[in-house]
Amino acid sequence: MQAKRRYLLVFVVAFLTIWYFGGYHFRHKSSVPFDSSQLPSYINLDNIQTGFTIDRNRYVTQNDAKALCRMETCFDFSKCEKNFKVYVYPQEENSTPSPSYVKLLNVLLESRYYTSDPKEACLFVLSIDTLDRDHLSNDYVRNLQSKIQRLPYWNDGLNHVIFNLYSGTWPNYTENNLDFDYGKAILAKASMSDDHIRTGFDISIPLFHKIHPEKGGDPGSNSANSYPLEKTYLLGFKGKRYVHGIGSDTRNSLYHLHNQNDIIMVTTCKHGKSWKDMKDERCEEDNQEYDRYDYETLLQNSTFCLVPRGRRLGSFRFLETLQASCIPVLLSNGWNLPFAEVIDWYKAVIWADERLLLQVPHMIRSIPHSKILELRQQTQVLWDRYFSSIEKIVYTTLEILRDRLPKNLKRDGTVWNYFPGALVTLPNFSDSLENFPFHVESKKNKFTAVIYCQLGIPLTPTSTLFRLVTYISRSKNVSKILIVWSNDKRPPSRNRWPNVPVHIHLHIILTENNMDGKSSISQRFYPHKEIETDTVLSLDEDTILTTEEIDFAFVVWKQFPDRIVGYPGRSHYWDDSKSTWGYTSKWTNDYSIVLTGAAFYHRYYNYLYTEWLSPLLHKTVEQSQNCEDILMNFLVSHVTRRPPLKITQRKQYKQQPTIGSWSPWNDPDHFIQRQTCLNTFAAVFGYMPLLRSNLRLDPVLFKDSVSNKRKKYRKIELVGS
Amino acid sequence: MLSSLKKKMTIRSRDRILGGFTALNSSTISQKRYKHFFLGVLITSAIIVFSLPFINFSSNETKTFHKIDLNLIANLPKVKLKANNEETSPTDTKCTHWDCFNIYRCGHTGHERIAVYVYPLARYVDENGASATPQVSKEYYDLINAIVNSKYYTANPEEACLFIPFIDTLNEDQLNVNLTWRALNQLPMWSNGENHLIFNMISGKSPILSTQLGKALVAGADFDTYTIRKKYDISIPVFSPVAKFAYINNTSHFRNIKVVSSQINIDLYFMDELRNLNKKFNDQILLLDQCNEKGYQKRCEVNTENQFRYPQILKKSTFCLVFRGQRMGQFVLLEAMASNCLPVIIMDGHVMPFEDIIDWKRIAIFIMESHLHTLMDVVNGISENKIEEMKKCLLAIYDRYFSSIEKIALNSLEIIQDRVFPHLARSYDELNMLPSEINYNPLHFPTTAPRSLGFTALILTYDRIQSLFTLIQRLSKVPSLMKIVVVWNNQKKDPPPMSQFPKIQKSINVIKTKANKLSNRFYPYKEIETEAVLHIDDDIVMLTSDEVEFAYEVWREFPDRIVGFPSRTHLWDNVTNSWKYESEWLNEISMVLTGAAFLHKYWSYLYTYSLPSNVKNWVDDNMNCEDIAMNFLVANMTNKPPIKVTPRKKFKCPECINNEMLSADIGHMVARSQCVDRFAKIFGRMPLKSVEFRADPVLFKDAFPEKLKRFNDIGSL
Repeated sequence: MQAKRRYLLVFVVAFLTIWYFGGYHFRHKSSVPFDSSQLPSYINLDNIQTGFTIDRNRYVTQNDAKALCRMETCFDFSKCEKNFKVYVYPQEENSTPSPSYVKLLNVLLESRYYTSDPKEACLFVLSIDTLDRDHLSNDYVRNLQSKIQRLPYWNDGLNHVIFNLYSGTWPNYTENNLDFDYGKAILAKASMSDDHIRTGFDISIPLFHKIHPEKGGDPGSNSANSYPLEKTYLLGFKGKRYVHGIGSDTRNSLYHLHNQNDIIMVTTCKHGKSWKDMKDERCEEDNQEYDRYDYETLLQNSTFCLVPRGRRLGSFRFLETLQASCIPVLLSNGWNLPFAEVIDWYKAVIWADERLLLQVPHMIRSIPHSKILELRQQTQVLWDRYFSSIEKIVYTTLEILRDRLPKNLKRDGTVWNYFPGALVTLPNFSDSLENFPFHVESKKNKFTAVIYCQLGIPLTPTSTLFRLVTYISRSKNVSKILIVWSNDKRPPSRNRWPNVPVHIHLHIILTENNMDGKSSISQRFYPHKEIETDTVLSLDEDTILTTEEIDFAFVVWKQFPDRIVGYPGRSHYWDDSKSTWGYTSKWTNDYSIVLTGAAFYHRYYNYLYTEWLSPLLHKTVEQSQNCEDILMNFLVSHVTRRPPLKITQRKQYKQQPTIGSWSPWNDPDHFIQRQTCLNTFAAVFGYMPLLRSNLRLDPVLFKDSVSNKRKKYRKIELVGS
Repeated sequence: MLSSLKKKMTIRSRDRILGGFTALNSSTISQKRYKHFFLGVLITSAIIVFSLPFINFSSNETKTFHKIDLNLIANLPKVKLKANNEETSPTDTKCTHWDCFNIYRCGHTGHERIAVYVYPLARYVDENGASATPQVSKEYYDLINAIVNSKYYTANPEEACLFIPFIDTLNEDQLNVNLTWRALNQLPMWSNGENHLIFNMISGKSPILSTQLGKALVAGADFDTYTIRKKYDISIPVFSPVAKFAYINNTSHFRNIKVVSSQINIDLYFMDELRNLNKKFNDQILLLDQCNEKGYQKRCEVNTENQFRYPQILKKSTFCLVFRGQRMGQFVLLEAMASNCLPVIIMDGHVMPFEDIIDWKRIAIFIMESHLHTLMDVVNGISENKIEEMKKCLLAIYDRYFSSIEKIALNSLEIIQDRVFPHLARSYDELNMLPSEINYNPLHFPTTAPRSLGFTALILTYDRIQSLFTLIQRLSKVPSLMKIVVVWNNQKKDPPPMSQFPKIQKSINVIKTKANKLSNRFYPYKEIETEAVLHIDDDIVMLTSDEVEFAYEVWREFPDRIVGFPSRTHLWDNVTNSWKYESEWLNEISMVLTGAAFLHKYWSYLYTYSLPSNVKNWVDDNMNCEDIAMNFLVANMTNKPPIKVTPRKKFKCPECINNEMLSADIGHMVARSQCVDRFAKIFGRMPLKSVEFRADPVLFKDAFPEKLKRFNDIGSL
């Protein structure tokens, strides 16, 4: 009996084991993947035809053109074939646009895009203020429709760009209601939604404040990159709420998130005169809490800033948070962010969903420190490159349009989303990023020496120019010596130049005289086609520089291809007593300018200098026949946001003129002129782009008390100051 | 079958439990009874243990959910369309993600990932028993298979965020659209298509499937800018089953044709323009069309009737034209992409596949239909460099998003994932750029760090108290010093009490470490409140205040680099075929040792949390090379060399006896060389970069009144 039971037990256990594992096995076996190649393909290619006659004009109907406009259907590209120019209608009498629009028009009028000839214009911009189309507003222009109909080139808005910040009005704030028929005009409009923006046609711009600067613009406030970022508040918001009506729901529920500790969400019901009629039961309490926090302090001390929609989708807050390098957390469903066509906002903002308001705290707490650092830096890149002034906003709008032109090479997202950005990366220079100076290191091993001869000093074997050419030709890295002969005298004949090795080309360019019969000083930075290397060594005819100095500077430049790297350092300073910028060539502990009389830079800057700078700046240089080197420093510092680099001790880079002989450099006027230039440039740029540096770069063993044999650059030490 | 077995088991086990209880109740003192009882308990417990996994599920209130069984494909269960079932309602053309997509369905799974439910396999039949839905195609099967096996799949419709019907809608020509609508409407969770995703590659003629899909999202290939619901529908490519025959996985393939037009029966206007262009540009365009005998994989040159194999011929061309046909999506797009032939898109208003995430400007050329005559000007205007760059991108993008139906399916889901969890959404860089293009430098924004923040000096010490105190004394005179953090790395001895420390104006924190590890110097102590950290050894007492302050100034201008005094170089040793460490004073430097160097605090984080663990362990095990590892780490991220400041080179303090110093050992140099070589292997490359310069104050060694120099106390060597 016992045995029987034991057998039974063993049997049962065995059965169960087999069942268990066998079943397992069975289940496994069942998941042998089915071979899908037994199935037919979804398409029999032999039976299809890939093309048919198509109806090419299926979308263009006159009636609904407004909603259905695309670049293909509502834009006359033939106007833009030659040039990308913007015509601004002349200001009508007895009408004054709002200050913001005046600034916007000024920017256009001073820009390199501007043309006064409507025939050569690609784009047209109205002089009538269209920024505010809310008819309850003070800046609202009445009878716009009839005014526009009278415009000579209106043509149903073809090739026109309408700038607008506010559309619609209380209570519906209809987005595409501008209170006039804009027809085929391209809208550059704030608070656009994905729904209403005409794909690839309209451009979403940011809402900017009346006090938004015309040019220059403040840098972002993120100068420090503390890691981990420890701010007082995690998430901040202080603003109005409307209690009722469109867009009020989100702000009305913000108080749920307020925890008085690291998430500060304070709202007030006070706005307009009759707010008390609209108030709800929370208003009293909210208003009290609201007064406990300061807007600016909150902005500066929060890691994230909430940017909820207002009546319209966009708000001033968006730009304010960007500038404060507070990471925007967007609660504005459906908003097409400014310039979203080209900017990848995922790198700079956090999108939240108005429907999931309560999940916002959880969401942002889950963002790692490293991502916060990335987001913050990107807010600064974007703010600094595209938003900090009206000029940048307008230029960005125009550059987006330029990228749409058929033959134009297009800048991709890597250009738009990376420093230094698309506004200073001109696609017509090159379509490959490799040819721009914004790479960490340049692998190119050759440079072109450009000697600018303004004085026309006779060329003798003892003259500085003769020696300079000789020294340059001894460098291993030079591929060409370009003489830009820019004076009344005839250039010396071939046989009077020093003998240079055969692989180095000596090339003389005679500059053409301009209308005054004087040759233009801008020729020194002209992108001559003879310059084929990335690197330019810029020299004056009376520059003294040894071969070793040239070679060392070139080695350094290769590490900093985006900067001006050279010998003669100068400084700018703020003269408080005169409230102007001062210029000094005295020996100081720092410098902000490296003169182009002995400096390396990337040839792209020649192109930028000639093609990109405002006509006003060129005019200043032309008139004074001076300051071109300062302007080049402005330009490079503006693009890179970095100071130039000074090399070794050499400060004296020119032959001291013999007493009594004339040279532009010892003319006292020359110096005053440069000071004036400095101030004009700062005014046109809208800020002072020059940055100071406290260091200079020497060879590693420079003047070390070690055997000379160890040193690669020995002679450089003999040069002295 | 399986589930019924389980149910039986459950019932049986419950019986046994009850049985056990009865046994207990009716127990007598008899031994046999006891044995019976124990046996019963044993068997019961055995059964319980074995059936535990099933009991757990089935005894719970919730239902069990099973992954759908794709093997049923061979024998699909029939589902009859209900007789009174209506068709789906018209498509809501105003839908946006914000109002039609039910976000509340998402996020129920506990992880921040969309959960995708696939309806069970079925063959829908109408009232007469005739098929209402077409036979499932290979492509749709693969698509569903990819989804079911992806991380997004859920078997539980209750927690699902997105629903995918098992009705093959890829090719509308094979559909009975009206019956398909009815079948869709019959899906248990359909509710006007909310959160349903319909894949559709070939759109049909009237009635058009996508006109009556309610709120369902459409992943379609036939969108133009008017028909797509922006950021709602997903534009996908038309999958070409033959694209794989043209696949090339390198960009250096020789191509002797500039432009090829290979579509069959293209619009006459296009053909005329092409012919004109071909005349003008000396036959740079290969014009292909259908051959006399039909067949997709053969193409004949217009005029000459030369025959070519298709799509292989695309491999011979640099640019491939993609024209608009009756439908928007064209097979040639993927065929061209597979063959690494740059697509030239001539389709006004077409929404490119995955346009939400892919920057097509990087991999394709766009020409407006009315500007076809500019084709050759545009194409010839593109530099060789650019073509190479574009080809590289094209290959990467094709491999990543387009090369199979699985990738197309999963990428569609990922686009929805990015919309539902936007804070986790992938950025442009991740989506579009090659790893070699991405700037990984976390401190990339060019800026000069503010002077006012100052720096923290972090001193790693073991027990050289005298030297430590001297160092503290000297550092306290540096104007920008904010704080001194002493890392006490000696577990056997306590640090001296604070009262014995030199009295200075700045605060001193002493941190005792738990183990004597060199990595302790790179721990991101919370006591460090500044960005700039001066890492300094306790025996570096020779640096002057001016030197340290100047180094800080230099660091401010290069806040992403290592800026410091002791420099070293790496060299390639041709004899041993390995990297060598060199401490000789050479004309180049590629490392700045962290015995006296400024670093951003970020690098301490990175060292502690992201340094490859084999590097970190090696450092801690060997008590060496932490400074080399840091130089590798920074150079690897930034691709920039460090900066050496001022002439200082000798750092062995005269009063120290050498037997304590690590670097005195000759074997030490060998070990350091091994480190360099080992790290280069671990990093997969040699990230260190050499430079021939150092930074000095602007007026260094100038014949100039010392008083007027900001940094005049700069020592030599």
